[in-house]
Formats: sequence, structure tokens, C-alpha cells
Amino acid sequence: MNKNIERLVNGLWKENPTFVLMLGMCPTLAVTTSAINGIGMGLSTTVVLVLSNIMISALRNLIPDRVRMPAFIVVVASFVTIVQFLMQGFTPSLYASLGIYIPLIVVNCIILGRAESYASKNPVIPSLFDGVGMGLGFTVGLTFIGIVREVLGNGSVFDIAIKPLNDYHITLFGLAPGAFIVLGFLVAVMNVVRRKMEAKGRPLPEVQGCLAGDCTTCTLSTACTGKSMVHVKPEEIPVNPKDVAKPVPNTNVEVKHADNQHNTEDVEEAGRASSYADEMLEGKGEDE
Amino acid sequence: MSDLLKVSSSPHVRAKDDTTRIMLYVILALMPTTIFGIFNFGLRALALVVVCMATCVLSEYLFEKAIGKKSTVGDLSAAVTGLLLALNLPHTLPIWQAVIGSVFAIVVVKMLFGGLGQNFMNPALGGRVFLVISFAATMTHFEFDGVAGATPLALLKSGEAVNTIDMLIGRTGGTIGETSTICILIGAIILILLGVIDLTIPGVYICSFVVFLVLFGGHGLDSTFIVAHLCGGGLMLGAFFMATDYVTSPITPMGKVLFGICLGVLTGIFRIFGNSAEGVSFAIIFSNLLVPLIEKVTVPRAFGVTRVKKPKEVKANE
Repeated sequence: MNKNIERLVNGLWKENPTFVLMLGMCPTLAVTTSAINGIGMGLSTTVVLVLSNIMISALRNLIPDRVRMPAFIVVVASFVTIVQFLMQGFTPSLYASLGIYIPLIVVNCIILGRAESYASKNPVIPSLFDGVGMGLGFTVGLTFIGIVREVLGNGSVFDIAIKPLNDYHITLFGLAPGAFIVLGFLVAVMNVVRRKMEAKGRPLPEVQGCLAGDCTTCTLSTACTGKSMVHVKPEEIPVNPKDVAKPVPNTNVEVKHADNQHNTEDVEEAGRASSYADEMLEGKGEDE
Repeated sequence: MSDLLKVSSSPHVRAKDDTTRIMLYVILALMPTTIFGIFNFGLRALALVVVCMATCVLSEYLFEKAIGKKSTVGDLSAAVTGLLLALNLPHTLPIWQAVIGSVFAIVVVKMLFGGLGQNFMNPALGGRVFLVISFAATMTHFEFDGVAGATPLALLKSGEAVNTIDMLIGRTGGTIGETSTICILIGAIILILLGVIDLTIPGVYICSFVVFLVLFGGHGLDSTFIVAHLCGGGLMLGAFFMATDYVTSPITPMGKVLFGICLGVLTGIFRIFGNSAEGVSFAIIFSNLLVPLIEKVTVPRAFGVTRVKKPKEVKANE
């Protein structure tokens, strides 16, 4: 159960898809003209995310590795179609204002990202909570951007006009440039909060996975162009006899060496930390 | 050893010019058109100028204080931004909108990108475009002599006759600083004589705009039409005072020509084929974005260096 709660918190705060992972930027920037739109988009994505996480997690041992992407897409697309028809039937106005972005949930990188990096490797229940956490994190992010943009651009919140602000609204924030500006400022605020918490000695846990260069568990690492590919050795370049005289530009390899060093340092540190814990235990034993 | 033999490190020849002095020159050159604007539109225009300049300077000071940087208010660039922004506003604009525009120009367009020298577009024009998009109604409402009316450019677009003499002197509706072509030209001559700007960018800009008008304007070589387009709107102010901004214009000679052509063609497209009558500010901002590209293409070849064919790159990673 503890792990499930950790998944929830992870999606909401530590790896918030909007402000930390910067995933799903297209709907984030396009539909957040008002708070209602933000919530609608967020919740419909959450529903699809939870359902597809459950389904993919349940099927994870059946889906062959080579065709996993098409399989994921089929699963996600089926759920998106269901959600789309439900929205068309029950919330026609929201459906109209979200427009093309509902079918586009199929290719939302949060959903595919979670399917690839979590649901396809973990059991059903944690995947469900991962989907809920990520989805709610996305919803909170979109709603927050929506509220800020609606207040500044339209002088209202959830379509309720705020009296004095209503006369002083700035139209730009309801348009595309406003989305970029608001998102930029919110991410900056988020980073300041992060740094303040680190300064206070309560650092947020480090981001794991791709962002931290942790490629050991990733199945995509052979296709990845990320800079910290530790375990992949640079392929031998077939040497062309014409090029023998010239020094072959070898910068890439060196960069990888640097990364190697960095990463082994990390590993060593982690090792030290654990051995330190052992020492503590030993010390305890001695005391007794 | 005698003093004669002591040698300091280079540079040995120093000019008196620094940022503050150049900015002072620009303010001086803007004075004729500012004073004419205040005379033309009344004290309301003066209030806007003062508010914009004060807000710009204050927001730069406060921003630098907030992030713990050394204050650069003394170089007067914020004051110039404020003045240029005010000259680009209609005098009927509510004061609070001018304040928001000034803050946007300094904080978002200039300071967030690293301050003077790092801004990717002209801050004053960034502020103006922000206001045009945000407050379309008040930004396109022009009064002259207490009567609301269309600007000469809008009249021209709808095919009505305009008085070019009035436009030359500036007795027409428009933003505070753009109406009087003569005053702007006086300022431009001051800048050129003081060596602050060179004629390449404005010259190429205006010439290419005229060529575009003759080709696509629909009036052929009608001199009244061309003169009206040159004197109307922000073309003169933009060409001499904003397109020549050091930070946001190319430094290579060829780049300046390219930049001018871009400006002329874009202004022509916006004015002739666009919905609104005016297009100078959008043209300049758009060209500002192209500047890094233009400079990359037009790096002059060093003396004695011949162009070598690039050897085929060995792909190391694939």
C-alpha cells in the first residue's frame, strides 16, 4: 500500500508531468484558456491514463517486446474513443471547446511514457495508482495554468467574473503567447520552491528514470540518444584507409568517458551510503 | 624607468562613447518628435511619456534588486525603452495599460533574457505589440483635435484621399511620436551626424518598401500614394529608431542589407495584404527574430582565407 501512495505523490509532486517532466506540452499550452477547459482536459486524460495503465499492465506478459508500441497505441486509442464518445454525449460544450485535443490524447506522451516506463513492467495495482497520480498531477497542472490564464486574460475564475479584475483583463493571456509566458513563470516558481526546500535541508527526492540519466532499467536505451548511456559501448568505427592519416574526431567517446566517471561516482556514493548504514548497524551491535 | 616606457595592455585608443552617452544621444534625437507629440496631443501625451519612462526605469531597478544583480539603470537604456514605447502609443491610452506595457517590455522582453545586449527583440516594440494584442480597442483608437477618426494609413487602405502635407508636418491622428515625419527626420539626421546609427538599415528598409509598393501596391508609380505610405504610420520612427537598435540588428554589412530587405518586404506584406493598416512593429519584431540566422549566413570571410570544401564528416555514432 505504501508503494501505491508513493506512486500517487510521485505523480502529483515529484515527477509532476506538467511542471517537472514537461510532458504533454501540446494540450497544456493549447487548451488551458480557462480553468474549466484545464480540468476537463486533465480529467479525460486521467481516465484514459488509468484505464490504459491497467490494461497494459495486465497484458504486459502477453505483448511481444517488438510490437509493444503499436499494441500500446491500440489500447490507448480504444479508451480515447470511448472517452470521446462519452464526452460528446454528456458534456457537449466541453467537447466542443476541447476540439481536436481529445482525439490527440492518443499520442499524448504522458500516456505512452507511463505505459512504456511503468505499466509495462509493474503489476496492475501499482500501475493503477501510477496512472491516478500522474493523471491528477497533469490535471492540477492544467487547472492551475487555466486559472492563472483565465484570471489574467478574462478576469474570471470558472466563468465567474471577479468584479474589479473584470475591467482590467489582458487579452494576451488568453491567447497562445500567454500560455507560453504563464507556463514559463510557473515553472520558474516551481524551481524556486524546489531550491528553497533544498536550501532548508529538506531536498525533494531526485528525479529518477530518463531525466536523471538512470538508464540501467530502461529498455529503450539502445535507441536512446541521451548523453549518459553508460553501459552502451561506442561502436567501433570501420576505419576507411583514406582516413588513417587524419586523426578521427573522437570527442563523443571522451564525453562518454566523462559521463561514465560521473555515473560510477554516483554508484560509489550510493554504495558508501549503504555501507555507512551497515556500519551504523554494526556500531549498534557493538554497543549492545 | 621613465613613464614613457611603461606599456599598459590593450586597448590603447579609447573612444569616449559608452552606452550611457549613446542612449543620451538617442533621447536627444527623439526630443523633436516628443515635443511635437506633446504639442500636438496635449498634456495627456506628456503624462504617458513620463509614466512609461518612470515605469521602465523603476521596473528595471526593482527587478535587478530582486534577483541581486548590479543595477544597470544608469545606462539610460530603460529610459530610452520607455520613451520609445510611449511614442508608440495613442495618447488616449489608459495609464494602467501603459504601465503594464512598460513592465512587460522591461521585465519579460529585456531582463528575463539577460538584460541589455541579450534581448532578442526590441523591448519597446515588444511592449507595444503586447499592448496591441491585449488591448486592441484602446490601442487602435486615435483622436486628433478631440475628434476620433481613422489614421491616414487606415484612410489610405480604404481608398480615401489623404493630405500628404499634413502627414509630413504631423497634423494627423496616430500614436504620439509617429505623426510628424519632419521631426523624426530631424532626429535621424542628429543620430547620423553623431555617428550613432548608419544609414544602411533604414536606407535599404525604405528603398525595398518603396519597391514593394510599386510592384504590389496596386497604384503603380503614384507618387502621392508612395509618399503617404512613407510618411504614414510608424515607418519613419521604426526605420530610424527601432530597426537600428544595436542589440537586435545584424552587425555584418551584408546582414544589414538583408535585414533591411526583410523589413521592407514584411512591412509591405502586412500593410498591403494584411488586415490592419499598420505593420511596422510586427515587421521589425519578426525580423529581429531572424537576426541570428542572418548573421550566421553573412559572416564575412577573413582576408587571405579561401573557401575550402568541407570534408565528408565521419559519422562516429552510427
